[in-house]
Amino acid sequence: MAFFRLLRKSPPIARIGLAMILLNIAAAILAPVIAPYTETEVVGDVWMPMSSEHLLGTDHIGRDMFTRLLYGARNTIAIAFVITMFSFAIGISCGFFAATLGGWVDMILSRLVDVLMAIPVLIFALVVLAVVGNSIPKLIVVIALLDSTRVYRLSRAVAMDIEVMEYVEAARLRGEGIWWIMRHEILPNAMPPLVAEFGLRFCFVFLFIAALSFLGLGIQPPMADWGGMVRENSGAITFGIFTPLWPAGAIAFLTVGVNFIVDWFLHVASGLKD
Amino acid sequence: MISNPMPLVFAARKPCPMREKCILMTELLRIKNLHIEGFTDDKWVEIVRGIDLTLDRGEVLGLIGESGAGKSTIGMAAMGYTRQGCRISSGSIVFDGIELVDATVPVKKSVRGTRIAYVAQSAAASFNPAHRLIKQYAEAPVRHGLMSFSEAEKTAIEIYRNLLLPDPENIGYRYPHQVSGGQLQRAMVAMAMACRPDIIVFDEPTTALDVTTQIEVLAAIKHITRKYGTAAIYITHDLAVVAQLADRIMVLRYGELVEENSAREILANPKETYTRQLLSVRTLREDKDLSASEKDVILEAKNISASYNGKEMVLENINLKVRRGRTVALVGESGSGKSTLARVITGLLPPLAGKILYRNEELPPALKSRTRESLRTMQMIYQMPDTALNPRQKIRKIIGRPLSFYFGMNGKACEEKILQLLDMIELPDHYIERLPTELSGGEKQRICIARALAANPEVIICDEVTSALDQLVAEGILELLQNLQNRLHVSYLFITHDLATVKAIADEIVVMLQGRIVEQGVKKEILTPPHHEYTELLLSSVPEMDPDWLDNLLKERRKNNENA
Repeated sequence: MAFFRLLRKSPPIARIGLAMILLNIAAAILAPVIAPYTETEVVGDVWMPMSSEHLLGTDHIGRDMFTRLLYGARNTIAIAFVITMFSFAIGISCGFFAATLGGWVDMILSRLVDVLMAIPVLIFALVVLAVVGNSIPKLIVVIALLDSTRVYRLSRAVAMDIEVMEYVEAARLRGEGIWWIMRHEILPNAMPPLVAEFGLRFCFVFLFIAALSFLGLGIQPPMADWGGMVRENSGAITFGIFTPLWPAGAIAFLTVGVNFIVDWFLHVASGLKD
Repeated sequence: MISNPMPLVFAARKPCPMREKCILMTELLRIKNLHIEGFTDDKWVEIVRGIDLTLDRGEVLGLIGESGAGKSTIGMAAMGYTRQGCRISSGSIVFDGIELVDATVPVKKSVRGTRIAYVAQSAAASFNPAHRLIKQYAEAPVRHGLMSFSEAEKTAIEIYRNLLLPDPENIGYRYPHQVSGGQLQRAMVAMAMACRPDIIVFDEPTTALDVTTQIEVLAAIKHITRKYGTAAIYITHDLAVVAQLADRIMVLRYGELVEENSAREILANPKETYTRQLLSVRTLREDKDLSASEKDVILEAKNISASYNGKEMVLENINLKVRRGRTVALVGESGSGKSTLARVITGLLPPLAGKILYRNEELPPALKSRTRESLRTMQMIYQMPDTALNPRQKIRKIIGRPLSFYFGMNGKACEEKILQLLDMIELPDHYIERLPTELSGGEKQRICIARALAANPEVIICDEVTSALDQLVAEGILELLQNLQNRLHVSYLFITHDLATVKAIADEIVVMLQGRIVEQGVKKEILTPPHHEYTELLLSSVPEMDPDWLDNLLKERRKNNENA
């Protein structure tokens, strides 16, 4: 209910963003229904132009581009969502622990995160994935861990600010345990910045997957994902064929949509709400 | 827009040919039917509703009212200024022949700072810590082209001297952190005086100060406004303070005028009930006497010494006893270690030496090693109810949590107990569904009291519980606390710097200075002479509802100094 009330007051830009995301999610969920062909089926010639048969043409080995785009939404969005959830679960709990316990716990966690952050993420991910091998669960764990360092930094800083409030001190004096303080006193007050950050990190994650796929280490063919599709078809650009622009455009479309929503959340969270 | 050429003349501020004329026409500022609106909840709400105000040359006008009365808004409007999110919807503000409401920005700029100056509540927040005082003093006159920096330096010394600042030749070359709070506030008054303005707006300049420093600032303001014949608008919520300075007082409430009269007349015979309420508070408090019969000591601090960094002692050798059903008031200026003592007693700051006894049993020094039961018996109420209540929790959870945490109550029993507590703190049942942001300051403080009571404690530590509240609201809270003590026989350790509160509620008084106890004993003994030197200073510094109080006091102190 509160959400709908908020939505009614929302600016048009936020509604557009929401529509863009909903469109993507619908495409992902309904892919098998809408798609004219199956994900990996070769149905035509290489790089065929747009036609009534192939709405967006075909890719470098003759698969239907429209179909691949729909399934790609499925893989990319779902995996990015799972990764973001994981990285937030890890980042928030560690960040809150560090902020509420302080002392050596904070010291160890923060220095560990510093070490991880000192290494460029893409290179680090490339090295780790090359060593442990490449599968979707491994991909999820590696990216989630790397990404959680950023979440850790934010949630620790936010929790530090809340932790000095007197209502937290009151809970301490009452004798509450650390879990209760984290869950009931700190988390609700840390929500606005964290939700906004969630939207941003979600974008970064699927751009990161796209980058990894582009380098050949992300989601493996023949599974469709947008980054991989850009890479596979990139050669077409030299022939003046704009097929690779479809998946690239899809990435841009989702990113813009998510950012519209995030901007709105930041606006709401900055206290201009009620 | 302005057809009047006067602003230009004044902007240059040469010894103007109109000077004599100005003095002849004594009226300096006239505000007529002023309406100011503020933007909240997507609509414009009127916060000042039709105020008329006149200020003559050299006159001091006191604006008094509780928070939300619109006093600061009016004070700023006198400069043609409104805070962000506010607008002047109608009315006129004529300053010395200049209409400020629709004046252009250059015209307003030429008036502000040079002819009307503003002194804010918190000097510490208003000074730039990176520059010396004198540089900030000289900023306005140099910028407006009235004098060069070296000229400004010279005038500064004179102003500093007239503000009774120590070492006026050199104090300007200090940084803001190198002078005390009272001195900094006076340095800000000096800044306002830099261009010899016609009007100074004082916005609660002494509210953030201790009583003993408040006197210095009041004396300085009185001296300088008299000396230079500066007109002033003095904004405060404290009638006794404004009585010392103002010639005329306007009592405001909800953006409307309640009563206006000369200061003496308002104090002597107030016409409106609201004014009478404001006046009566202090006198009512003094008469209250309570006699709790139980004398058994429930909480005892023995030889407590504490420090935050292990080197500088914040508390030294503190001995303190709290008896059952009684109130001990802990008095002292800010920085005297009152709140630190509360932190030591609750276990947030383990002491370096000494021990805390509860019913003659020693409590573990650190919070972590205390039992849930001993935590339950000692509860705390804070100064700022805004930060003491989690803004995301409903009242049901705030009050209900101690119930389920200490007594395992839930469901219907818990709900009933919450309603019972709400009834005790005199709030209606439907507040159970509310968030703290939906309550007023006084109501929030009541919720804090209910949260403490929910634990069924034996001792409640009250840390400046009324200092963030308006006078009448604070009075309500004190009355509630007193009633609860009569009913439940809880003991209070009452930390405060407000001696009026102490007189109202304490059985015993402990006076602290710089981490040590200088005097302690039963209220009557402490309050009747002979006093300890510091207690005397504290007691005599509390403003009284007498327009001559400040003058008499200063005379007396001067005499004593000469004798000594």
